[in-house]
Amino acid sequence: MDNTWPLWEVFIRSKNGLSHKHVGSLHAADEDMAIENARDVYTRRQEGVSIWVVESKHISASNPSKSEELYDPAKNKIYRHPTFYDIPDEVGHM
Amino acid sequence: MIEKDLNQIFQDRIDADDRIEARDWMPEKYRQTLIRQISQHAHSEVVGMLPEANWISRAPSLRRKVALLAKVQDEAGHGLYLYSAAETLGAKRSDLLQQLIDGTAKYSSIFNYPTLTWADIGAIGWLVDGAAIMNQVMLCRTSYGPYARAMVRICKEESFHQRQGYEIMIALSQGSEEQKAMAQDALNRWWWPSLMMFGPNDAESKHTAQSMAWRIKRKTNDELRQAFVDSSISQIEYLGLTAPDKDLKWNEERGHYDFGAIDWDEFWQVVKGHGPCNKERIAARRKAQEEGKWVQEAAMAYAAKRKQRAQDQQTRVA
Ligand SMILES: [Fe+2]
Ligand SMILES: [Fe+2]
Repeated sequence: MDNTWPLWEVFIRSKNGLSHKHVGSLHAADEDMAIENARDVYTRRQEGVSIWVVESKHISASNPSKSEELYDPAKNKIYRHPTFYDIPDEVGHM
Repeated sequence: MIEKDLNQIFQDRIDADDRIEARDWMPEKYRQTLIRQISQHAHSEVVGMLPEANWISRAPSLRRKVALLAKVQDEAGHGLYLYSAAETLGAKRSDLLQQLIDGTAKYSSIFNYPTLTWADIGAIGWLVDGAAIMNQVMLCRTSYGPYARAMVRICKEESFHQRQGYEIMIALSQGSEEQKAMAQDALNRWWWPSLMMFGPNDAESKHTAQSMAWRIKRKTNDELRQAFVDSSISQIEYLGLTAPDKDLKWNEERGHYDFGAIDWDEFWQVVKGHGPCNKERIAARRKAQEEGKWVQEAAMAYAAKRKQRAQDQQTRVA
């Protein structure tokens, strides 16, 4: 039997009002241990107020070799940005 | 796409200072070089706990003891950040740990020297962590994203390690004659091994050219070593101690300190396993791993049982 503890990805909210952010990974037998270990490893200097752990195998990621077809279509859609539209200065801030 | 194009695209990204992420295409040699370097680095953090842990129970005050405990705990964390970075490249943690106790993986040879007196704990924090910081600050800008991010985290934590060490050295060098002699003795023993931490001279270093081209490293061994010497001298002078090097002197022309020849025979002896503590260090790691095995097994068994119980409960409710 393989007794290697599964790998977990750790996300930490540094303070209320901010999103959780990926900080790294660790091995743990289950989710409770993953959170306890994350507390010990990633928040030794009060770096967080909340921890999420997700078993790494549950994360699906986009394929970096497909980045052209995924992200290039947004490149020429400059009309999605506010500066595309001409508003006279007299109107004031809009 | 043919391999040659991929290699070119990869090098272009490196040259443009883009960062490489885990799932990006990379040359197999880049991947292997990183796994080797990152795991060696991780092993160094882990083995590095041993010489310092030797003094935790004998620290001269509670203030020194909590600092040393916190430092050693940090080093365990550094090991973990680095193993995690190596795992993003497809390495298995258990394989890396096995390579360490097999002796097929290296770790920084500095940790094969013994910590004979309390002053050694001061000298290690000040010089050994100081030398490590030189290297790690550079690595915050290494081309592989997960490695660079681990380094940023590590560098934030390292600064206190060096400061607590230097504070120990200040206390000793301003103490009794005996304490001052202890500080000088520690400096004498740790100075040269600290300079060796940067690795062989550039002309002898077989990995440097490729690592620089891939921007894994951004400064050479000799550049980092020189920067370390330059920054250490005023710190040594402040302590009223003397570096154990009669050739050490300021070179106006170069704008750097000149220093004496390093005993590379000693370096290679220690790297090859013949340092004062190589066997002891590996034996300690092997013991920890073997004696910890049952914990790993028990935790997995407990996790499996809990999962089963939760499932049973669900079927009962349904
Ligand atoms: Fe460290
Ligand atoms: Fe350190």
